[in-house]
Amino acid sequence: MEAVIQKKSEKQGIDEVMPSNEPQDIQVGDKTVGKPFADNPKMAMRNVNVHYGDKQAIFDVNLDIAKNEVIAMIGPSGCGKSTFLRCLNRMNDTIESCRVTGQFILDDQDIYHPKQDIVPLRARVGMVFQKPNPFPKSIYENVAYGPKIHGLASRRVELDEIVEVSLRKAGLWEEVKDRLHSAGTGLSGGQQQRLCIARSIAVSPEVILMDEPCSALDPIATAKIEELIAELKQNFTIAIVTHSMQQAARVSDRTAYFHLGKLIEVNDTKRVFTNPEHDLTEAYITGRFG
Amino acid sequence: MNKSSQNVTLEKVNQSLARRYRAEKRFRAYGIGAILFGITCLVVLFTDIIGKGHSAFFQTHVYLEVTMDSDTLYIDDPTDPQQIAGADYLAVVRASLSERFPDVSGRRDKRALYALISNGADFELRKKLEADPQLLGKTFGVWFLVDDDVDTYFKSRSDDGEGGFDGRLNEKQITWVESLINEGVMESRFNTTFFTSGDSREPEQAGIKGAIMGSLFTLLVTIALSFPIGVAAAVYLEEYAPRNRFTEFIEININNLAAVPSIIFGLLGLSIFIGFFEMHRSIPLVGGLVLTLMTLPTIIISSRAALKAVPPSIRDAAYGLGASKMQVVVHHVIPLAMPGMLTGAIIGLAQALGETAPLLMIGMVAFVVDIPGGITDPATALPVQIFLWSDSPERAFVERTSAAIMVLLVFLISMNTLAIWLRKRLERRW
Repeated sequence: MEAVIQKKSEKQGIDEVMPSNEPQDIQVGDKTVGKPFADNPKMAMRNVNVHYGDKQAIFDVNLDIAKNEVIAMIGPSGCGKSTFLRCLNRMNDTIESCRVTGQFILDDQDIYHPKQDIVPLRARVGMVFQKPNPFPKSIYENVAYGPKIHGLASRRVELDEIVEVSLRKAGLWEEVKDRLHSAGTGLSGGQQQRLCIARSIAVSPEVILMDEPCSALDPIATAKIEELIAELKQNFTIAIVTHSMQQAARVSDRTAYFHLGKLIEVNDTKRVFTNPEHDLTEAYITGRFG
Repeated sequence: MNKSSQNVTLEKVNQSLARRYRAEKRFRAYGIGAILFGITCLVVLFTDIIGKGHSAFFQTHVYLEVTMDSDTLYIDDPTDPQQIAGADYLAVVRASLSERFPDVSGRRDKRALYALISNGADFELRKKLEADPQLLGKTFGVWFLVDDDVDTYFKSRSDDGEGGFDGRLNEKQITWVESLINEGVMESRFNTTFFTSGDSREPEQAGIKGAIMGSLFTLLVTIALSFPIGVAAAVYLEEYAPRNRFTEFIEININNLAAVPSIIFGLLGLSIFIGFFEMHRSIPLVGGLVLTLMTLPTIIISSRAALKAVPPSIRDAAYGLGASKMQVVVHHVIPLAMPGMLTGAIIGLAQALGETAPLLMIGMVAFVVDIPGGITDPATALPVQIFLWSDSPERAFVERTSAAIMVLLVFLISMNTLAIWLRKRLERRW
């Protein structure tokens, strides 16, 4: 028996020292290729560097997000795409060791300006998370929470209306209108995620950040969320981080490819998935690593 | 891997299988053994306490006819409350006893006879007369408390009069008691005195109401101070405090304080609250303050654990909507952590309820007859009362000690049940 254990641990050891399958032969390059800039940017990020303690997670990223576009961020695990997304509404402020430098402009306003309050910023830039995270309250309370804390509705009727409109926009109204006051956590995973989307659009943000919103959902629920993103595009600017290249191809207008904290390529989605400019992008989308 | 080496592996696995099953069985047996040991100890403890204490809930009474003769009582003017209060009721009781046993003569024997009735009998008569002055001059029957020696004798004797524990009773007294029993005027009744009066030197008049009220006031002070302070400290340390050497130092010290022997807190209370702030001794206010210091670490530690257990996704959700730090904490984190914090607080309070040592230091060990009416009246607490009674030589205090332990256990068990119920009730899934 001991011999067996010995063998097993040896094997694990081999796994650990195995070289990673990342292509070593391709030059990363200093400049992002493609079209990282837009003519009428909703958000413009310049020279963004992010450190976690001593470790640098993002290197010198420049990127524009255009008005009413859906921009997808793809890349292998640990490439910094989620970190970058969380910088856009300063969610990284809650992580103590995290240090962000560079310029983040939202409609001519520097969101990292010392005088910038994060409360109005997050009201303008909403966020949907990887795991559906409704509050352990009723469906109604979940959606009404944002408008309540920002004082968007002065009367009950107005609040009711905001809740209904938000749930309708999130495509959830028909499913939950009869049980608005039952627990939000009692919904299915896909419904919970749409509830979270409804919750974030209830404060009428201008930009919605989505951090792998479908990774915890089944394909049918995923399809519904993707349809929803296509609809939301008319009113909101959306930045979505995804692990699924198919999803990026389906929902986004532009795609940004991150690699080891660097922004390698930004191009129209069609171009990225058919004829990528950078060799690394090609290697990733053809599945040579990731 | 070839065929034969696969067979070798399989053989070795099969060989070790029996050993693994045996080890598993042993492992389970250890656990069951530990639980059985615990249950046995508990059963022995409870049997002992209930066996000793149950008789304290009953008290022997004797029925005597008394005549409220104004001459015997020395009352000239029945409308004068001063005279009613100062009248010699004991004389009435004695007269009644002498009438019942007319052949008892001599100072010694008479004293022995009068000692059969609790010396609280006169208070009973006074209360009756104060409530109804019309009783003056009338003859009526009253169930009096008997002395604790008679009570013990009555409880320990079998129905045919054998095997009674005579204790301090002499032979004559036993004869009188037996004759009263044969007459059927002596009977065991529910001991209401035990629940309605304070401490007393006489076991038959001693009760735990004073101790219960003392404990109640002490705990009120403790709850009112320790829960808000503990939760506020936990919320600050967990949600706001920067992680640096200073907060680490505070954290280590809170953990150390939880391990400090409680008598040290008593000393602290003695020198600070009584010595420096010059509060009175023996009062629930000081007791509550000392127990607050003692329970704070428990409450802070359990509250921090409860706050830590709130999933970060809920915080993210609220922050993502633009909630301020305080809104996140007040609207989401605290409500979700509340069951854990309450459980910790109740367990801390249950600990405080059972605590004796620090109360000894601040003088709550005093002999207090009056039932405290507030947090600044001298009082004892339940565990201290148990300690005091366990020290008394009278046999009747032995059963009262056990009975008081039973009452304390009932309080502790109900507090723990409340903690479990609250946790189940407030717990939410996310």
